[in-house]
Amino acid sequence: MIKFASLLLIIIGLYGILSTRNVIKILVGINVMEIGINVFIIAMGFVNDGAAPILSVDNPVNVLKFVDPVAQALVLTSIVIGLGITALGLVFARKIHKKYGTYDLSETGGES
Amino acid sequence: MNWFDILEAGISVFLVVFALTAVISRKLLTSIIFLSALSMTAVAGFALLSAPDVAVTEAVIGSGLVTFIFVASIRNLRKAGDGL
Amino acid sequence: MKKIFAGLLAVAFGIVLLIGISLNTGLFGYNDSLPEDGAASHYISKDVNGKTDEVVFGETTGAETGSANMVTSVIANYRSFDTLGEVTVLFLAALGVSLLAGTMDKGRKRSGSGFILRTSARILFPLMLVTGIYIFTHGHLTPGGGFPGGSMIASSFLLLYLADESFRANVKGFKVAEGLAGTLYVAIGIVGLLAAGYFLVNFLPTGTVGNLLSAGIIPVVYVIIGLKVGSEITGIVADMFNEEVKA
Repeated sequence: MIKFASLLLIIIGLYGILSTRNVIKILVGINVMEIGINVFIIAMGFVNDGAAPILSVDNPVNVLKFVDPVAQALVLTSIVIGLGITALGLVFARKIHKKYGTYDLSETGGES
Repeated sequence: MNWFDILEAGISVFLVVFALTAVISRKLLTSIIFLSALSMTAVAGFALLSAPDVAVTEAVIGSGLVTFIFVASIRNLRKAGDGL
Repeated sequence: MKKIFAGLLAVAFGIVLLIGISLNTGLFGYNDSLPEDGAASHYISKDVNGKTDEVVFGETTGAETGSANMVTSVIANYRSFDTLGEVTVLFLAALGVSLLAGTMDKGRKRSGSGFILRTSARILFPLMLVTGIYIFTHGHLTPGGGFPGGSMIASSFLLLYLADESFRANVKGFKVAEGLAGTLYVAIGIVGLLAAGYFLVNFLPTGTVGNLLSAGIIPVVYVIIGLKVGSEITGIVADMFNEEVKA
């Protein structure tokens, strides 16, 4: 069920990017897509009745059932890079506002 | 129908509802606040799927830093009346 | 008109995704076990180089990576080159932000914050700093690691910025720390190349699984990554405060 919800999130994020003229809402749509993709990758790596992949006093031996650790490593990297993308995009949006006085892309000659 | 299925269904419904509100609403501040709520629901989803590393990282980055840099970009718009 | 076209395109893309995923693994169920001979099974049982003993928490010495947190051993030992690439991408993003928005101090808003807010922010700041440092030094034993630890350090500086309007962080010092940490990471890789033959190999001895001083090079790498990410994101936050847009 979470896989289906995260695919819906990707569709909603794509609709949000394509259907608006405001630069800030385009960045909100990119962030919604990112969250959807991260949840989907973690849900693909889940094992039924699997434990979190850490050896501790409760799970001391590594022959029990564990959840996939490679998916979590990829998603960790993806979350931090998403923050970098959002920061850079918002600085570009500020430069647009400074030059044209508005966040609306139809008045800057960028979109028709 | 054990507790895992019920929690999974609840988190899925909240994910879709918050995403729709964040994308469709006309005011910018509403979109930003629902994006932060969506991020927190994703943290609950990560904790349910046995991924503690990812949940801690998304909680720290999604709640404090992303919301702050969005709000810092639109806080000057109140005088210009540009959708706030 | 534009919204209808956007909606149709998104729905078409979504139908392609849904059909592809439901034919491959199914939308409404999870795996029952990981595939036996895939990379994940080898990383969990720590036998990439052929050792086949069991790894027990608190007793095994000299295991292949020696860290109790398997996600950490994937990020900082088995796939360390990808982490180097990710650190580079974050460095480029911070560089772009500081080049485009880095004009100094054009007058921040005079919002009179009260005495209670300023004092309690100053009490909370060392607590958040110590929590962040704890998270990245214990990255190989508890969940977390370098990335959330560094982000928590940046959040503590953000708290001081928001509560006190006369606080200025030393941005030049942060940029120097960030550059030094990145160079140190590559230097560790080159030391590994000269000492044992591969770039970024784990060349320190791995002790008992579960101790603080174990797992070879992994705690060192995570301390470096934590300091680098923390100073980078603090630089981004400080640059976001600087530029004022004339409304």
